[in-house]
Amino acid sequence: MAPSGIKPDQVLDCRGLLCPLPVIKTSKAIRSLAVGQVLEMLATDPGSKPDMLAWSKQTGQELLEVHEEDGVFRFLVRRTR
Amino acid sequence: MKQKRRLALVASKGTLDMAYPPLILATTAAAMGWEVGIFFTFYGLDLLHRQRLKNLKVSPVGNPAMPPPVRSLPVKVPDIVGALPGMPSVATAIMKRWMRESNMPTVEELLEIARESGVKLFACATTMGVMGIRQEDLVDGAECAGATTFLDFASEADVTLFV
Repeated sequence: MAPSGIKPDQVLDCRGLLCPLPVIKTSKAIRSLAVGQVLEMLATDPGSKPDMLAWSKQTGQELLEVHEEDGVFRFLVRRTR
Repeated sequence: MKQKRRLALVASKGTLDMAYPPLILATTAAAMGWEVGIFFTFYGLDLLHRQRLKNLKVSPVGNPAMPPPVRSLPVKVPDIVGALPGMPSVATAIMKRWMRESNMPTVEELLEIARESGVKLFACATTMGVMGIRQEDLVDGAECAGATTFLDFASEADVTLFV
């Protein structure tokens, strides 16, 4: 997915953290947003890409975008529920 | 979304290394919105024990998977060296350092995350009886329960794992 230019409402930096922290921190952060708002999460753990896809599938929160650059994954998640 | 998914785990090991897998799985499942329960039994009950939780150790003896103390020197510690007095403390300190350097939470921090996210902490009643552990020895949130209670919880689970 290419960068879409969507502006996040909050940014969560999980660079340097390993499983399970990126997913735990994301699920906590998403609850602090209003439904419809967008969270940007940054991570360096290569496992975070499949993990965020699975988390989105399980929770129903919408993964709008996954983008990797220089070993940093950038996820955009919209709170849907 | 379907009805909430449920994860039922058995934590049967009381070493520092084996404390992580059930707690990582439990906190992750809770972050996915699942209902989670862990049955802490036999040595696994140490993970709920106020005092022992702070002193979990990893043993270098009989543990061929234990990585070398210096990662760039691939020399395993022979069991006979690992059995010397003080070596379990050394191995424990090394593992704690690796975890810290990888920004991993401590076992106590993971347990706190589990509790905050509503993970049920079942303390095996039989283990408490056999090992003379009382409710007041256990962390807040630990519920004394027998195998029947856990199996009742697990009977509705989507995923069940024994660690």
